[in-house]
Amino acid sequence: MSALHIKKGSTSHSAYNLRPNFSDVQERHTIAVLVENEPGVLARVIGLFSGRGYNIESLTVAEVDHTGHLSRITIVTTGTPQVIEQIKAQLGRIIPVHEVHDLTVEGPAVERELAILKVVGDGDKRVEALRLADIFRANVVDSTLGSFIFEITGAPDKIDAFAELMRPLGLAEIARTGVAALLRGE
Amino acid sequence: MTREMTGAKMVVQALKDQGVDTVFGYPGGAVLPIYDEIFLQNDIRHILVRHEQGAVHAAEGYARSTGKPGVVLVTSGPGATNAVTGLTDALLDSIPLVVLTGQVPTFMIGSDAFQEADTVGITRPCTKHNWLVKETDALAATIHEAFHVATAGRPGPVLIDIPKDVQFATGEYNGPKSNSSHYHPRVKGDLEEITELVAAIETAERPVFYTGGGVINSGAAASQLLRELVDATGIPITSTLMGLGCYPASGKNWLGMLGMHGLYEANMAMHDCDLMINIGARFDDRITGRIDAFSPNSVKAHIDIDPSSINKVIRVDIPIVGDVGHVLEDILKVWKSRGRKVNREALAKWQAQIADWRKVNCLAYTNSEKTIKPQYALQRLEELTKGHDRYVTTEVGQHQMWAAQFLGFEDPNRWMTSGGLGTMGYGFPASIGVQMAHPDALVINVAGEASWLMNMQEMGTAAQYRLPVKQFILNNERLGMVRQWQELLHGERYSHSWSESLPDFVKLAEAFGAKGILCSDPADLDDAIIEMIEYDGPVIFDCLVEKHENCFPMIPSGKAHNEMLLGEAETQGVIDSKGSVLV
Ligand SMILES: Cc1ncc(C[n+]2csc(CCOP(=O)(O)OP(=O)(O)O)c2C)c(N)n1
Ligand SMILES: [Mg+2]
Repeated sequence: MSALHIKKGSTSHSAYNLRPNFSDVQERHTIAVLVENEPGVLARVIGLFSGRGYNIESLTVAEVDHTGHLSRITIVTTGTPQVIEQIKAQLGRIIPVHEVHDLTVEGPAVERELAILKVVGDGDKRVEALRLADIFRANVVDSTLGSFIFEITGAPDKIDAFAELMRPLGLAEIARTGVAALLRGE
Repeated sequence: MTREMTGAKMVVQALKDQGVDTVFGYPGGAVLPIYDEIFLQNDIRHILVRHEQGAVHAAEGYARSTGKPGVVLVTSGPGATNAVTGLTDALLDSIPLVVLTGQVPTFMIGSDAFQEADTVGITRPCTKHNWLVKETDALAATIHEAFHVATAGRPGPVLIDIPKDVQFATGEYNGPKSNSSHYHPRVKGDLEEITELVAAIETAERPVFYTGGGVINSGAAASQLLRELVDATGIPITSTLMGLGCYPASGKNWLGMLGMHGLYEANMAMHDCDLMINIGARFDDRITGRIDAFSPNSVKAHIDIDPSSINKVIRVDIPIVGDVGHVLEDILKVWKSRGRKVNREALAKWQAQIADWRKVNCLAYTNSEKTIKPQYALQRLEELTKGHDRYVTTEVGQHQMWAAQFLGFEDPNRWMTSGGLGTMGYGFPASIGVQMAHPDALVINVAGEASWLMNMQEMGTAAQYRLPVKQFILNNERLGMVRQWQELLHGERYSHSWSESLPDFVKLAEAFGAKGILCSDPADLDDAIIEMIEYDGPVIFDCLVEKHENCFPMIPSGKAHNEMLLGEAETQGVIDSKGSVLV
């Protein structure tokens, strides 16, 4: 035994450091997945993310080609470059998945999200909310004497910014659709 | 060919059209129409197991020993949930299976009906794909697509859930040719990358082939091409547990299995190589040990049909996505056309280094004249069964690792073991599936007593179909592998790792109308093994072995290949706290 110089005892390295030769910078990617519109396909995609411990920042899905039975799922996710590669490869393994596109890599892409926000308040706050909504090109889609519902479309950070401004003005509820995205140009 | 028929008839017709000769199953209310159709025909044999888990493992054994998909038929609810372990096992080991489950009628789905379970929901993460068929017209196409998906690309288990009303209703049957799947994974590798690999092979000083189950899944031709490439280049070759048999154990470039309980020379070659050629393996944690110390100085090539296997765990330099057989064919073509070059001088040195490592004789153990050492039992089994048309299955534990170390496999599809999932209870039903496919072969399940008990009800199946499967139980009266870890990791506190109240295996065999053999004396072993081989029927061989033998070599969890433990000496405290949280 000893002649073989087999090291014993502890090691300074963590056994959990599973990916030492991969970068650990977190990146945000928008991935478009074209899937057959069949029952359970969304569960497969979501199950993949939860089962393998990937992040979902937002996810939208709707049928985009009625005759071809195709739906488009847009997923915004974060992870190291290696995890992002894995996510795409794993998505590609799902049988009803036809295409996987990393819009962040293939881009530039246009990203849009729709949000509706209920702002409750009166007096100056109400006036200020309306003024800001105008600046952000948000529409009033419902109003009562004590509340507004604004509709706003834009990139997610624009919606974040608008929501942040509405918070002190009486933001009561917000509903967001998640990101829809398309590559620019032809 | 379009014909009107009931859904139940379609199932049987589709199986026939897919060339299925054997189905492993268990009936129940939700599949009675299909069982009726099975009753009315003679082309497909149905093997009645004693538990649905047994049906799936038997189908796995059938699939792995034939290269054809295994087929399972079970009822809804408990029938389906009992199949889950087998499905997961097949998924992790990439075994093609088509599992048909009955379901409550469509109009009752969601009502918590009797024996209703959300089978597609439960099995979604443990199948390659699954379907709930709600219309009889869609049934035939789904079954044909299921066979395609199970076998194309990286193989795996698929499941079709068929509500009872869909089985009763009539619809249009279409044959397999009508299948228009969009699922066609790429099989040809990229020629540029293949050429890059060939260039690396030409100059490498310390190359090694690291092969896995993908070679076997790719088919017999892949193993043949691999042999040609290995022998023409003289590059040493190791294999994972899953790949044993893709290169013959008697071949001159064979290093033996690698990994946690692999051979010293194989692991050292992996650690010190300058070119690692991974063919159909997946850098599993049982193989790599500590990732940041895994083969630190090598250029790594990886051939795999599944793009998600590449760069999943280990970053590789030459990724080649494609079917092993196709890629090997191209590698050979390119290598030959460039003049069949290798770095002969360096290779000779490398082989000499390997010969030195071999001298360590890492499988050495202290034999005894009083008790049967498990290693000795396997050496004798190897010696006495070697010339036979032999298939080996195993359970999970120490005996499994010893079997991998001490039995030699000359051909692919001869070794069936639960690699990825490590499922105790796999081996016995798997041996039944193998024997069904190869009625005249010698089929041996190398078992541990604890694993074997997990699916021992299948003695009924073996007896009913007169399957002469040999259950070679290395009985240490311990959950040996657990005990070994407790010895190394948990201060010799043997918490629940012994087998109490074991049955008398000889009487148990006799109770099923089979033969029981007990052996405890090394001097009697050969005769007893010969008696087992010669008996024409199922045998339970209760081989009482040393209770506290440990399985070496061993790379403890969280350690590197060159930190392998070779023997009993000072194993205390070798696994640190970080390693001990790993499994
Ligand atoms: C279904 C299942 N449960 C638990 C385990 C954990 N486990 C791995 S090996 C082992 C002991 C196996 O004992 P035995 O079959 O007697 O084999 P031995 O190690 O003694 O050769 C256990 C409990 C497992 N692999 N599978
Ligand atoms: Mg045991």
